[in-house]
Amino acid sequence: MAEASDSPLNAPPATRMLAHFWMILGVIVVAFPIYYVFIASTHATQTILRPPLPLIPGPEAGSNYSEAFSGGVSRIGGVSLWRLLANTTIVALGIALGKIAISMASAYAIVFFRFPLRMVCFWLIFITLMLPVEVRIQPTYKVMVDLGLIDTYPGLILPLIASATATLLFRQFFMTIPDELLEAARVDGAGPWRFFRDILWPLSLTNVAAIFVIQFIYGWTQYLWPLLVTNSNEMNTIVIALKKMISFADADTPWNLVMVTSVLAILPPILVVVLMQRWFVKGLVETEK
Amino acid sequence: MRRTVFPHKLLPWLLVAPQLAITLIFFYWPAGQAFRQSMLKEDPFGLSSTFVGFANFRRVLSDPNYLNSLQVTVIFSALVAFFAMAIALFLAVQAEKIVRGKGFYRTMMIWPYAVAPAIAGMLWLFMFNPSFGTLARPLRAMGINWNPLLNSDHAMILIVAAATWKQISYNFLFFVAGLQAIPRSLLEAAAIDGASRRHSFWTITFPLLAPTTFFLLVVNTVYALFDTFGIIHAVTGGGPGKATETLVYKVYNDGFVNLIMGDSAAQSVILMVIVIALTAFQFRFIERRVHYG
Repeated sequence: MAEASDSPLNAPPATRMLAHFWMILGVIVVAFPIYYVFIASTHATQTILRPPLPLIPGPEAGSNYSEAFSGGVSRIGGVSLWRLLANTTIVALGIALGKIAISMASAYAIVFFRFPLRMVCFWLIFITLMLPVEVRIQPTYKVMVDLGLIDTYPGLILPLIASATATLLFRQFFMTIPDELLEAARVDGAGPWRFFRDILWPLSLTNVAAIFVIQFIYGWTQYLWPLLVTNSNEMNTIVIALKKMISFADADTPWNLVMVTSVLAILPPILVVVLMQRWFVKGLVETEK
Repeated sequence: MRRTVFPHKLLPWLLVAPQLAITLIFFYWPAGQAFRQSMLKEDPFGLSSTFVGFANFRRVLSDPNYLNSLQVTVIFSALVAFFAMAIALFLAVQAEKIVRGKGFYRTMMIWPYAVAPAIAGMLWLFMFNPSFGTLARPLRAMGINWNPLLNSDHAMILIVAAATWKQISYNFLFFVAGLQAIPRSLLEAAAIDGASRRHSFWTITFPLLAPTTFFLLVVNTVYALFDTFGIIHAVTGGGPGKATETLVYKVYNDGFVNLIMGDSAAQSVILMVIVIALTAFQFRFIERRVHYG
């Protein structure tokens, strides 16, 4: 912190202690549900069903996790945990990378070229901001059926990669590139591809990283769409599989394995957000405003 | 306006083509279908349909179930937006006072952002499950007959809690950024003039945060309207009765469970109008950088 120590804004020690107290309370409220499910994943089903649950990890961690991965989840959900993680990773990566690719390409065209109907294209893309998938589920579903995309990866990915947000962000960023840079590149004989590869791409990396994190999370946490376009268990994402396990719960449901599945559904996106926090926070706050 | 551009004529079309194609196939075509279908009445077997004008809209808008879900949506969205923003603002203000450890608190606060709404709902149901939830026990011990699966108020409280919990991270990050952008000289001047911290918060900080607050209000409303489908589907299924059936949940229910296409399409169109209004509102107010400073 760069502020001077005698600034009148520095909170007195008592106020600061109180602030720490509130922050710790806030962190406990925010982190507790996640901690709680992690704890549950390390206990036996009988312990989970007999409250109160202990607040420290139990002895069953090793056996729960190895059972879940070696066929335990297949017995309840009809599909292996590996397959669920692979499906969700493919969908999340497909959406994140697909969005970056198509939105960078269209923003590049709109900013660095002049062509007929350029602004029409821009507005066609821009208006899709107002049409989230939730408001047009039924007709979009019908399009998927007609195109034979039910229970396929393209069916899970394609309708979600066309969004205006990433295009708008790249457009905004590309417009800040000074004209002189493009002039200099053209004097040196650089075409569109070399200008993109050697100059624009390196300058865009921070934005790309930020969008990647935001879209990876968006893809990983999708619910309504995967629920509609997957019928077969084999194509479920982990979130949908978890919901199915819970809906068909009965006296024999191995809750310990359900808890393991929950932890694995939560952990990868949390890791992405925490490890890429620097770009994520900057990107989120700067791009969405 | 950019002065220098590449002279190519075909290349830019190839570059926008992928996004345009996906946009046309998965956005405009279905949206057009929704409009068309909202004016049609299908026979029960889906074999033929007749044009009925605005009859579907009239029926939907006078259906007590629809009005109920409209009411549920308004209550739910208002509660979620209010609590998610109030708690986040309170914590962001606390974080501002802290000199050491800010980074640590931020890292801990952003976790729920990465949790799928449906899973957030399952976590809260798990903690507050009437039969084996650890946190349901103290409620019962206090004499509350806690049962979110049977009591509609309890169901609403549970989904509001889960939806709020998930959104605090997002709001917190924006409020922290908003607070940092407030000129320190203003606050210092107020402090030198003897204004109390509380007083300068309400007269300087809060009004200057207005752009952030308005932006978050729109984002939180859109979140509560659409992104919380997973929470409701996973926790209450719209029940008990129809106590937690929001507008989006009803579109899904009528379109995919009850198979009433015309009504579902008419509801989709109404939702589109709501989103367009919200977006227009956002651009009108946010772009003007509202504040009363």
